[in-house]
This record gives sequence, C-alpha cells and structure tokens, in this order.
Amino acid sequence: MTSQLDVEKLDAGYGDLQVLDEVSFALQPGEIGCILGPSGCGKSTVLRCIAGFEQPWGGRILIDNVEVGSSRSNLPPERRNVGMVFQDFALFPHLKVEDNVRFGLQRLDRQQQQARVQEMLAIVGMLAYAQAYPHQLSGGQQQRVALARALAPRPAILLLDEPFSSMDVDLREQLAREVRSILKQENSTAVLVTHDQNEAFAIADRICVMHEGSILQQGSGYDLYHRPVNRFVADFIGQGVIIPATVLGPTSVKTELGVISGDDPVDAEPGAIVDVLIRPDDVLHDDDSPDSAIVVEKAFRGADFLYFLRMDSGVEVMCLAPSHHNHRINERIGIRLDVDHLVTFVRTQGDINLSSND
Amino acid sequence: MLVALALGLPIFTIASFLLHPSNEVWQHLRATVLGEYLFNSAMMVVGVGAGTLVIGVGCAWLTSLCVFPGKRLFAWALLMPLAFPGYIIAYTYTGMFDFAGPVQTWIRELTGWGFRDYYFPEVRSLGGAITMFVLVLYPYVYLLARAAFLEQSVCVLEVSRTLGCSVWSSFFRVALPLARPAIVAGLSLALMETLADYGTVSYFGLGVFTTGIFRTWFGLGDAAAAAKLAAILLLFVFTLVVVERWSRKRAQYHHTSSRYSSLPQYRLRGYRAWLAFLACFLPLFLGFLLPAGQLGIWALQTYDTMLDSSFVELTRNSVLLAASAATLAVALALFLGYGKRQFDDRAVSASIRVVATGYAIPGTVVAVGVIIPLAWFDNRLDAWLREQFDLSSGLLLSGSLFALMFAYMVRFLAVSVQSVESGLGKIKQSMDDAARSLAYTPPQILLRVHLPLMRATVLTAFLIVFVDVMKELPATLILRPFNFNTLAVRAFELAGDERLADSSTAALMIVAVGLVPVLLLSRSIATSRVGS
Repeated sequence: MTSQLDVEKLDAGYGDLQVLDEVSFALQPGEIGCILGPSGCGKSTVLRCIAGFEQPWGGRILIDNVEVGSSRSNLPPERRNVGMVFQDFALFPHLKVEDNVRFGLQRLDRQQQQARVQEMLAIVGMLAYAQAYPHQLSGGQQQRVALARALAPRPAILLLDEPFSSMDVDLREQLAREVRSILKQENSTAVLVTHDQNEAFAIADRICVMHEGSILQQGSGYDLYHRPVNRFVADFIGQGVIIPATVLGPTSVKTELGVISGDDPVDAEPGAIVDVLIRPDDVLHDDDSPDSAIVVEKAFRGADFLYFLRMDSGVEVMCLAPSHHNHRINERIGIRLDVDHLVTFVRTQGDINLSSND
Repeated sequence: MLVALALGLPIFTIASFLLHPSNEVWQHLRATVLGEYLFNSAMMVVGVGAGTLVIGVGCAWLTSLCVFPGKRLFAWALLMPLAFPGYIIAYTYTGMFDFAGPVQTWIRELTGWGFRDYYFPEVRSLGGAITMFVLVLYPYVYLLARAAFLEQSVCVLEVSRTLGCSVWSSFFRVALPLARPAIVAGLSLALMETLADYGTVSYFGLGVFTTGIFRTWFGLGDAAAAAKLAAILLLFVFTLVVVERWSRKRAQYHHTSSRYSSLPQYRLRGYRAWLAFLACFLPLFLGFLLPAGQLGIWALQTYDTMLDSSFVELTRNSVLLAASAATLAVALALFLGYGKRQFDDRAVSASIRVVATGYAIPGTVVAVGVIIPLAWFDNRLDAWLREQFDLSSGLLLSGSLFALMFAYMVRFLAVSVQSVESGLGKIKQSMDDAARSLAYTPPQILLRVHLPLMRATVLTAFLIVFVDVMKELPATLILRPFNFNTLAVRAFELAGDERLADSSTAALMIVAVGLVPVLLLSRSIATSRVGS
C-alpha cells in the first residue's frame, strides 16, 4: 500500500444523527482529491474526521498507513500532521502575515523558520505583505496566507474546506487553478470540499461525488460527466436531459432522434424501455437533418448558445451550438444526435424525469 | 466543576434558608419593614439602571464614534469614577451638601436666609442614593459599551447608511443592537453592585435588603430571618442573571465581518460639539473631580496627623489583597470559561451560572455564608485532632486570609467569568481548529492565540476585581484576621464616627490606588481594537 490517505468505511455523526455512511476513498501521495456534493451532504464532516476534530463512529482513517482515527481511538488534531484551510480562513488577527505563516513552525529553529516563511510567502506571491495584518488584506490575499500557513509545516495531508466560497465567482476558477499549481509545486496530498463542480474540475485529480452521507461515484471529472453511475450524479455534474429509449441490442438503443450505440452494455433486455442521458454537446445543430425541434428558450454564453428545444413528441433536449447560429424563440431548427458515450438508466418504480437545468 | 461547587456552597447555604419555616421575627419583619425594603430596592434598581444606561451608553457612543473637543481625554477620564466606592462618594457629598456643609453655608451667607427658609435637596435620601450609585457605577456600562462599539465592523454601519439610515438611526438600529450583549452585561454588573451595596445605604439610613439583613442579624440577633431576607434578595439577583443570560443567548454575535478598517468619525461642530463636551464632562466632574477635590481639601487639612507608618501598612495590605484576589479570580475564570468552551457541557454551564450569582450577594451575607461551613470544618478538624493526637488546630481556616480570599472569590469571580466568557465568545471556533491543525495543544492555544486576543478582556477582568476588592467593605470587616486592617475598613470606621475629614486620607488613597489600573485599562482598550 502506498496511499497517503485512506478513508475506510467511515461512519460519523453528531448526537443521534448519522451524517456519514461508509465513506471510503484513498489518495496517492501528491494526489488532489475533491469531495463534491450539495450542502448538507456531510462533506465537511469527512474533513473534520480526517483532521481529528470529530471521532468516527465506525470505519477508520489512515494517514501514511498509520491509523489515526477510528471508533476506538482518535489521535488529536495537533498530532496528525494535517494542515487545514478554513472557509473563513481563520487567520489570527493579532499576528502579522509572516507570523501567521510562522505559527505552525514552532519546532524549527529561528533561521529555518524564517527561510520557510519566506519560501511559502514567495510561493503564494505574498512576500510584499509579510508585515501586514490580516485585516489589511483582501479576501484572495487572506486565502493565500491561509494556504501558506497550512502548507508551511509540510503537512502529510492538506484539507481545504470550501476555500473559495467567499470569493468572487469570477475569481474562483482562477484561484482554484493557482492553488492547484501551488499544491503540485509542494507535492502536497490534499482533500478539497466544495459544492461547485467547476472548482472541482479545476483543482482535483480525483473527484468523489457525495450525496446524503455516501460517496456515489469517484473518478476524474471526465468520467463523472460522461459515465455517471446514476441519475443523481448525471444531474449534479453538468447539464443534460433524460429521454426515453427502446433497447435494440446489448449496446444500442433507439430514441426519437435515432439509434445510439456505445461501448458500455445496456442493462436491459431488447424491447425494454430505458432512459438515456443526453448532454447538450450530444445534440448538434444541423439544418440538413431530417429531425427538428422548436426553440423554447436560449442562453447566450459567449462562444456558444445553449438552446432548450422541444421535439414534436413534447420531449425536451438541450443543444450546444456555436454562437454564430443565432435563432429566435419558437423557430424550428434541424438537429441530430452525436453521442460518444451511451448512458442508460433502467427505469424503476418512483423514478422521475430530471428537469432540464443542471 | 469542583471549583463551582465549592464557591456555590455559601450560596446554597443561604438559599436553603428560603425553605426554613418562618419564625416570629420573620413575621414581624414581614408585617413592618418588608414592603419598604422591596419598594426602596426596586426604586434603586430602576433609577440606577436608567441613569447608568443613559450616561454609560451615551458617553461610549460619543467617545468612540464622534469627534469633539476633549474626546481623547474623556475616552479614558470617564472611567475615573470607577475608582470611587459608593460609600466614599456618599460621605463626601453629604459633607459638602448637608446643612453644615460648605455649599449650604455659602448660600446662607450670600442670601441671609436661615434654617428652613429655603429648599435644598436632601443628600441622605433615596434620590440621593440613586444619584450616588449612578455617578460611580455608570463606568461599568460605559466600559463594556465602548469596547463593543470599537469592535464593531465598519461594514455594518456603512451598510445601514446605504440602506437609508441616518447617523442617529444607524446608531439605534445597528450599533446599539449589536452592542446589546455588552451593554446588558455592563448594566447587570451595575445593578448587582447596587443591590449588594451596604456602605452607602447604611450611611444614608435607607431601609433596603442589605441594611435589613445587617440589622436583623446584629440588631435582632436572628440569623435565620436575616438569611431569609438574603434568600429573597438572591431571587431578585437570580432573575437578573437569567434575564441577562437569555438576552445574550439570543444574540451570540461573532465578529460580523472579518475585515476591519478604521471606524467612521462623525465630526461635531458648533453647539453640538459643546453639548457633547458637556455630556461627557458632567459625569466626570460630578463622579470624580468634585468629590476628589473635596477629599483633597480635607486631606490637606488632616494629612499630617493621619499619615503614619500604620497607613503604609494599610495600603500594602489592601493592594496585596486586591492583587492576589484579582489574579486568582482571573485564573479561575479562564479555567472555567475554557472548560465550558472545550466541553460544551450542561453541568459546567449550570455551575457557572451559580457562581455568577455570587456577585450580587451582599458581602455581609457572603461572609456569613463562608464562615458557617468553614467554622464547621474547623471545629470538626479540631475535634478530630484532639481525639486522635491530643492537638488543637484552633480556627485554622475561618479566621484566616484563606476565608477572606474564599469570600472574595464567591463574590467577585462572576465579574471575571463574565468578561472572560464574552471575550472567548469573540474567538471563532475555526481559529482553535486552525491552531490545532498546526500542531498546537489546547493549553498552547490558550497561551498563543486566546491570551493575546483576549488581553484587553483579561485586563478588564483583573482590573474590575482589583478595584472591587479594594473597595469591598462588609466581608472584609467580618472576615479579616484579627488586627488586619485595610484602607476601606479604616475609612469606614472614621466616617462612621462622623470624622469625615479624618477619613479622607484613607479614602483618597483607595481612590488613588483604584485609579492606577483604571488608567492602565483605559490605555489598553483604546489600542486593543484589532487593526488599530
């Protein structure tokens, strides 16, 4: 085993309320993991368990192959060598930037401390602010200081709890990329928690989608988008609609817009009705196509248009078209399918069709 | 938990008397004076509450957010009346304004009026007592309200301005509600002090609970009835504590914003500036300059006879006693506050509530509440030692400084606990977590994160306990070891003999010693606002 972090069947909760249900994942050294999920799904609890602020009810947590937390024993946070960046940064208001960064280096001698502080401030680009107090910094600057402070003692694991949530939306992805390059530079193993998939895509090597205390799927952003294992992941990651289809063979189905074939086997007998996930980029605008649909709504997004279309049967799909194809609402346009990945869901009692927005 | 139990002992002793069957003396008291006690106490609470609130909050707002002549000076000078014990200011004002005092004599000389020819307000009255209390107790409200105003983020005030609130309405709608927990805390301190006062009301001859307890105990010799009176007083205080806690619970404000910049300063001009000046000058003048001046004049007349080696010893006793009590109180408060924060436990919270009631219990009652269990212990120990070893331990605890220190803790721990708790409330949990993730143990976090952040709060706690112990009279009077005198005791004894001028040197000394930490504190609160 070479994992830097192992979370094995982690159960946890507060009082009588169980929040986590058998959460498992592992990170290799230098890997950046992300727990992605809607608010209240328990993702922050996972971080607090890894950091040692909460004790697991069941399962165990290993850092560097050493067990640090289980229902039997819980190593206190200060002995885990875990760094954490908090949502509100939690900088110490009475300390200068450099003293904040120095705070976790009390075991080094003076000279080593100074060298490490300088190094970290240089990495996060805050050298010029070494003498400033936290209240004199902008939110983005405070965040860099918080990151430098958490990374300075070279933690085995760095935990980031929604670190971008207080930032401007425009800044988030840029900051996420910056943080990623800093983490890679330091070769840190990190776990980030967020509800924003774009942040997750920008920063993480491995994403765990979490819902109601369980991890539903883990993998790269590409996998989650193109091979979602269930309706929740399909809905939570990216946009798309689900339309009915009839199973033709082991790897193909027939929809209103034609036959779709894929590599992955369909888990139903030929003739059965299943649901197929259609992403906006699966639907191409093509004036020569025999199939057409009416524009119900459109959203201009700069480089492209996102069209919401209704077909004659009443089924709605989304279509991503280059932005020079400007069509009016209620106009009929030709479309055709170009599906790379066939994603089907077997219908069960109680399933409802997903709405068209993410 | 154990600390709380030990300190709660005297309170429980007294509270248990509430359940005792009433006796003859109690029936007599209820028929005659209980109504008067209730009325006077209630009037004092209402009067002192309103007065300290207006002066304290008003001055705090003016000195923290407005610019007018003398603002910087007032910011700290307004704390000076805190150095005055109620009973000393009461003697002083009586000396100045009663029939034979300099003011009335001067009026008579000026106008030629004689006795009963004119109206002059009587100092030794209910109204007089309320005035005295307001003058010396408003700094509690001022202190905490000002600290709260200074800690407020500029953002919320600016937000309220952009939402269409004027300077004044943003004060009432934003700044005041945000500062409410601090103001209520200050107010409850002032009111508890009022209810617990013995020196002033006994000098003015007012019938309130404290004097009633003293009279019943030493006059009628009925400890049970006195303790019953004390227990009723305890009920009032407990109500006060509950109200205070309740209002605080609904408003557990952390910092409203993590960004700080300097507070807006409203520049006052023309008559407004002079009104503001006057509003700050009057409390300072009446609460400190005038009485201090009078004491100074008296002291000049008498100092050569009063200032001797015994005086130095009195001063040393007082300062040592106050400093050690304050240190102990702050240490215990940190211990309790931190324990409560770390293990958010109902039992700990409840025991802190019990400790908090000690502040309002009159010193007399605390003294007896302390002496009963300690004497019991002493007697037991003595008896046991005699039996086993044929030795006598005598009164090991009850006549010692230990008993006195114990009583001070019972009485004043509430002050330090309150300050420390409100200070801890301002340190976000995530800061603890951050420090722990940086390999700091909880004790290290207390030292490296909490203490620097709470320096002002801890200093406030230390100062208030220090000054309180300096001024404390009845418990010291009863519990002090034989031949151990303090300045307060000396001043009280002399004034009780109507030797007002002779008492002035000791009184002035109390005020002067009390002033040192006041000045230290005022400097620290002026600079402790994060980011300034």
